[in-house]
Amino acid sequence: MAFPHRHDLETTTLLSRHMGEEEARHLDTWLERGGYEGLRKALTMEPEEIVQVVKDSGLRGRGGAGFPTGMKWSFMPGADDDRPHYLCCNADESEPGAFKDREVLRWSPHLLIEGCMIAARAIRARHAYIYIRGEFFPVLPILNRAVSDAYREGYLGEGIMGSGWSCDLTVHVGAGAYIAGEETGLMASLEGRRAEPRVKPPFPAQVGIFGQPTTVNNVETLAAVPMILTNGAEWYRQWGTEKSPGTKLWCCSGHLNRPGNYEMALGVPLKDILFDVCGGIPEGRAVRAVIPGGSSTAYLTPDELDCETTYEGLKEAGSSLGTASPIVMDESTCLLRATRRIAQFYAHESCGQCVQCREGTEWVTEILTRIEHGDGRMEDIDTLYDLCEQLTGRTICVLADSVVFPLKSSLDKFRDEYEAHILRDTCTAT
Amino acid sequence: MSEELHPSVAGAQPYMREERQGSGTTDEPLFESDEGRERLEKIRSRYPSARPALLPLLNYAQEKNGWVSTRAMEEIAGALDLTPACVHSVATFYTMYNKRPVGRYLIQVCTNISCHLNRGDDVLERFLEETGTRPGETSENGLFTVVEAECLGACGFATVVQINEDYVENVTPEKVPDIVDALWARAEGRDA
Ligand SMILES: Cc1cc2nc3c(=O)[nH]c(=O)nc-3n(C[C@H](O)[C@H](O)[C@H](O)COP(=O)(O)O)c2cc1C
Ligand code: SF4
Ligand code: FES
Repeated sequence: MAFPHRHDLETTTLLSRHMGEEEARHLDTWLERGGYEGLRKALTMEPEEIVQVVKDSGLRGRGGAGFPTGMKWSFMPGADDDRPHYLCCNADESEPGAFKDREVLRWSPHLLIEGCMIAARAIRARHAYIYIRGEFFPVLPILNRAVSDAYREGYLGEGIMGSGWSCDLTVHVGAGAYIAGEETGLMASLEGRRAEPRVKPPFPAQVGIFGQPTTVNNVETLAAVPMILTNGAEWYRQWGTEKSPGTKLWCCSGHLNRPGNYEMALGVPLKDILFDVCGGIPEGRAVRAVIPGGSSTAYLTPDELDCETTYEGLKEAGSSLGTASPIVMDESTCLLRATRRIAQFYAHESCGQCVQCREGTEWVTEILTRIEHGDGRMEDIDTLYDLCEQLTGRTICVLADSVVFPLKSSLDKFRDEYEAHILRDTCTAT
Repeated sequence: MSEELHPSVAGAQPYMREERQGSGTTDEPLFESDEGRERLEKIRSRYPSARPALLPLLNYAQEKNGWVSTRAMEEIAGALDLTPACVHSVATFYTMYNKRPVGRYLIQVCTNISCHLNRGDDVLERFLEETGTRPGETSENGLFTVVEAECLGACGFATVVQINEDYVENVTPEKVPDIVDALWARAEGRDA
């Protein structure tokens, strides 16, 4: 398991400080590196105080939606609610383009365990589950050992770190279903059902796993929590911007000289990440398009890459930060084919509950395939726009919307590609 | 597994074991041995009701037998007090459960977007050629099953191929013959 290329130009190593360092996976070494200090502090604090620190830090969810973490925690019922509360750590990582949670899991498992315990204390949970995607087998021995060691040494279980507070943690392994990453799909899957999302409300904070109040947080979100507790909210805010504080793991893939996972302060221009940190495009070719936040975000053109990598900056540029997973396509890329491959993924992963999603994603894939094979008609472009409308905002979860972002932006920004295929059966890629 | 398995991770053991797949495929009862009953109890102890233990137990069935048979589903249904139809409907939702035996080496080639941009489709073609199979079909010698996979969560190391539990990263079509040869050698070495 080689660690991706590191570049010290602009990277900041908070979350990734011990990535690539095998010994840091073990509890004793981790403790020497300052491990579990954030939890030690949290154990002296009331749940509301922990929530306040995380609110002040401005930390936002790293699972794709960017929802403020402290605020999410504050939705959980308070001390007067005697139902059991639960924390679910979402380690289902399967958005095409994203490969950051695996790095946290396999290099810094104790960081995640500590983050889970702090969050659990903040929301008054007595049991945390880490739901990890089935394919991540190589991670399991590492994570399982860390969890077992943490139990044995009193960092999990009864009377954690000599305090009067107890909390369990269980590792739960999935079995192949992208939709289990959607939070209500995840909850269904954890309950032993098909990973079918459900309508919200009720929100998980009211009705979550086993019918009880639940918070679902992404791996990277929880991994950021210990250092915030240890060093304080102000300290965390020295990185990033007012609305997007802190650092972020960027998953850079596609046509790049140095693809890989890089931690950056939020706000760096996207083009600096792609051209400085990742070394630009192989063989000096030009960029054709970039999908900045994982496959469910809108395409950017080469002249839109100046945008700053914050939640607001990418939104302003007409796309979104998503999972911070830029997929770079050089000038040799057929964007029709690339978009077809993305649509095919969503068609394959639709859980089938909503007609628009089940039929619409299939239909989009079929039309794109037909155009790709030289059998397209100009009316297809209108039909695709029409389908974009059908797939937006009408379904139980946003998987259906996810296909619209790359599809619609490809139609808007690269219409010449579609026309070349339809009218001349050629491609504009070089 | 000399160290005692902690209940917190009892449902989180890797379940695509080379030694259980291919010609060694069996369909042994799950909960008749002490080991099986202990696993069942440890897993059940982590959830407030029976049903959440379903996926971990399906995982266990595949860990033990290399696939999840209808018989295993019925056994799990019995252990959790669910109907076999309910277990079947859940098991068929998830793509990683092998509903029939697969080759000793299940080769999953990601052709999703980042791998697609790095010749993932050619890598898939090459694996099919080298193993003489069609997608999803097991080679006659029982060694290889090659399938197209969706994103494996390692996109910066494209093309990504998963062989049973292992990730093989940065695969190019040119590297495929050596990878397949190495699997042949491994299989023969063990049979010898
Ligand atoms: C189709 C779909 C797939 C998702 N997959 C994941 C995933 O793999 N991992 C993840 O953390 N969040 C995923 N999410 C987002 C979750 O629903 C949820 O918002 C997130 O886990 C909350 O954590 P956060 O607040 O820490 O970001 C997905 C959402 C959708 C609609
Ligand atoms: S939008 Fe698609 S994936 Fe989401 S619930 Fe409906 S059918 Fe399932
Ligand atoms: S696209 Fe192949 S691993 Fe993600």
